[in-house]
Amino acid sequence: MKKSSRAALPALAIIALLALWEALVRLMDIPAYVLPSPSAVLAALWEDRAALLQHSGITVAEALGGMGISLVLAVALGMLMDVSEKVKAILYPILVVTQTVPMIVLSPILILYLGFGAAPKILTVVLMCFFPIVVSFTDGMGQIAPGYVNLIRTYGGNTIQVYTLVKIPYALPALFSGLKVAATYSISGAVVGEWVASQAGIGYYLLRVKNSYALDKMFASVLVIILLSLMMNGLITLLQRLCLPHLYRKDQGRNRK
Amino acid sequence: MKLKVDNIAFRYAEEPLFQGLSFNVAAGEFVSILGPSGCGKSTILNLLAGILAPEGGSMAVDGVPIRGMSSHFAYMPQNDLLFPWKTIMQNVCLHGRLRGNEKAARERALKLFPLFGLASYENAWPSDLSGGMRQRAAFLRTALCDADILLLDEPFGALDVISRGDMQDWLVSMKQHLGRTCLLVTHDIDEAIFLSDRILVLGGRPASIRSEYRVTEANRTRDWLYAQGELRHRLHDSIRGLETKKC
Repeated sequence: MKKSSRAALPALAIIALLALWEALVRLMDIPAYVLPSPSAVLAALWEDRAALLQHSGITVAEALGGMGISLVLAVALGMLMDVSEKVKAILYPILVVTQTVPMIVLSPILILYLGFGAAPKILTVVLMCFFPIVVSFTDGMGQIAPGYVNLIRTYGGNTIQVYTLVKIPYALPALFSGLKVAATYSISGAVVGEWVASQAGIGYYLLRVKNSYALDKMFASVLVIILLSLMMNGLITLLQRLCLPHLYRKDQGRNRK
Repeated sequence: MKLKVDNIAFRYAEEPLFQGLSFNVAAGEFVSILGPSGCGKSTILNLLAGILAPEGGSMAVDGVPIRGMSSHFAYMPQNDLLFPWKTIMQNVCLHGRLRGNEKAARERALKLFPLFGLASYENAWPSDLSGGMRQRAAFLRTALCDADILLLDEPFGALDVISRGDMQDWLVSMKQHLGRTCLLVTHDIDEAIFLSDRILVLGGRPASIRSEYRVTEANRTRDWLYAQGELRHRLHDSIRGLETKKC
């Protein structure tokens, strides 16, 4: 299959689905408070664009803050677990258990502890994003061929150099995979936090329009959440290109002797 | 004597791997250790490089006992182990970087790139290079260590037959230039004959040096190598444990 058609096929499928949806709403005369048509959703999006943009900014800021904290925590804890098997044996199961608690349950508790500001939202993002990052980073470092570490050692390198020169760079592609998963979660995490209690953000907007049964605006905010999540994902892909240029090098001089 | 390995004992997974392993290497000598798979050839290099520690016996360079990692050795593993995220120049200067004199290493490396068949590939990624080129880059990285003894662990073992032959020809032409003491581990009899001043056959369990052969030919050519039928035959028998006489 050609590259262009590979990208075009899902786009076509989505357009076909939207057309079907539009046609059904119009033909069956479904009222807007039951199911708004895609065109009505787009109209609501355009009409409320100023408010949506403003709330998006707040949600994105919370998501980015949470991602940043998650990344720092994940790298620190990942290295700690890599250095000591004991630490890994203690921490890893705890990390897994934290992932089994539904965020929608945890969020109200966080608000009780941290108040109504940005802190509980950022923490919700951290709780959702930290896990995929730390797991991919730790596994990435664990899969390194021992020869690389021995090479640095026989060249007189110390433990810090083993990490900075080999282990961390080696685990970077895996770390980025984890970051991409986390990036997609990060917006949802912030929205869940806002949904529970807030004065701003897409989650707050969503809650407000839900209470007024403005279904077209609810769908519009869902669309915004999708776009923001894809944007976060794209941001990570861009970062990956900058940090790992050897994976995107031009195909020059392959198979030369 | 440059390197003296005396009465080494080593256990691997509770099994004694070496017992009374002893051999010497003279300064500037190219010595190959030949033996069947799994007899512990690579382990000898790991012991010398300090990656593993022996249970008994001693090792000395220039008469001074060594323990753990020592700057006398530069270890080159079978797999080239180039860092895919670093350019060829950054890769070959790894030792310089670890020692804090990367700039000097770069200058030295730049002069050596043509000799190692890597001219104009300074800024290429390892994945741009063929297997033979990668191996030569790994060789350059090893040569740029300020070590007097190179430990070569089947350096061409991962290459196809043709590239492997080319690399052996290249190494023969480089020996003079390298001017180092080399200890090569291989299971390829022809490679050992072609490159070595002396061949040690490792065998038995626990293993020790079974026999030793000197190769004195000064003009190493493929034609000369193909005429070494008798030596090849003797080495083959010795590896299989059919003959133990020294020569």
